[in-house]
Amino acid sequence: MERIPILKMGDNLLVSIQVDMHDRLAMTLQDDLTARIAETRARGVLIDISALEIVDSFIGRMLGNIAAMARVLDARTVVVGMRPAVAITLVELGLSLPGVRTALNVEKGMELIGSRAAGPDGRHQA
Amino acid sequence: MATREQAPILSVIGWDESQLLSEWIAHQLAATTMRRDLLKDDELQEQSRRFLGALRAVLQNGGAEQDITAPAWGETRALLADIAQTRARQGFSPSETATFVFSLKQPLFERLRGNLARDPAALADAMWKTTTLLDSLGLYTTELYQKGREEMIARQQQEMIELSTPVVELWDGILALPLIGTLDSARTQVVMETLLQKIVDTGAGIAIIDITGVPTVDTLVAQHLLKTVAAARLMGAECIISGIRPQIAQTVVHLGVDLQDVITKATLADAFAIALRKAGLAVGPSAAK
Repeated sequence: MERIPILKMGDNLLVSIQVDMHDRLAMTLQDDLTARIAETRARGVLIDISALEIVDSFIGRMLGNIAAMARVLDARTVVVGMRPAVAITLVELGLSLPGVRTALNVEKGMELIGSRAAGPDGRHQA
Repeated sequence: MATREQAPILSVIGWDESQLLSEWIAHQLAATTMRRDLLKDDELQEQSRRFLGALRAVLQNGGAEQDITAPAWGETRALLADIAQTRARQGFSPSETATFVFSLKQPLFERLRGNLARDPAALADAMWKTTTLLDSLGLYTTELYQKGREEMIARQQQEMIELSTPVVELWDGILALPLIGTLDSARTQVVMETLLQKIVDTGAGIAIIDITGVPTVDTLVAQHLLKTVAAARLMGAECIISGIRPQIAQTVVHLGVDLQDVITKATLADAFAIALRKAGLAVGPSAAK
């Protein structure tokens, strides 16, 4: 079965979505990712959607859900590389993903996760 | 059958065309709507001659007499379009252009009366047909005029939208979007697209939306602003709304618009200061004099 690879980089998990998401794939990703967060005790999840051209309400909601689930497992999610057209679509669908942190590209996303790991709240320092 | 019904009009148009033409031109020149300051006599003569010729050609071929949208009238319509366009450029009003066609009625009616004086029923019938035909042709010129205007308005609207949404780079990583004029859905769409594209191009992390030039903020405008902010946030950029005038602050609160999640500032300068601080930059007095 088709799967989206989840890479571990230090304390963080890296997910790069390179294919068009369909609903089954999204559900699989959700399962895999939560399992991996629990297994690796990851602190941050970075989801790169720069190759994603089409996002419907289901995928939008799934991104929100993944972020919420990760937060429950004490990992913060950053969604990076959203295309302008995708951002407009999500806003028009009424999905502004309030619980998700965003960054323009992977580099800035890593910065965001890194700054948090070294943050003063202590909980996340290795 | 059609050609026989056509006969009265055709006979008066076809018979002694040059005489009819000069009568018609005389009527046009005498009319108060004639703008001799805008149109030269020989130009008028040329237009009248071509129109009369085209009209006669269609009638002779037995073209559908009432329906001027039929293919047989194609050439006449093109000619009228040409005349209407030229006259609109010269500064004629639509009614003055339509009168060009309507004024042909008078010489035609005079001739019909002469030909059919013995048969009032046929005369009334022929006059009715002539009048409907010329009315539809005359109204067609008005329609063309209106269509030209509408195209112009649409084009100007498009130009205005493009002109009024510049995104400027204030500093490395700081964008400003000075909005001027009312925000409607179409404009919001353009504003959003331009801003998001610029965020991608420059890699900016902060965007300041300045609404000093937005005259009124109602719930719809506020919603459009919040949508833009949300879309920019999805791209990883933070938005600051600046240029909120006191009246607008009052309206926003009275309307119950929730701007809690957005940083708002009264002036662009304040917003810029915040943006610099967020970017880890500072502006201070220069030591060197």
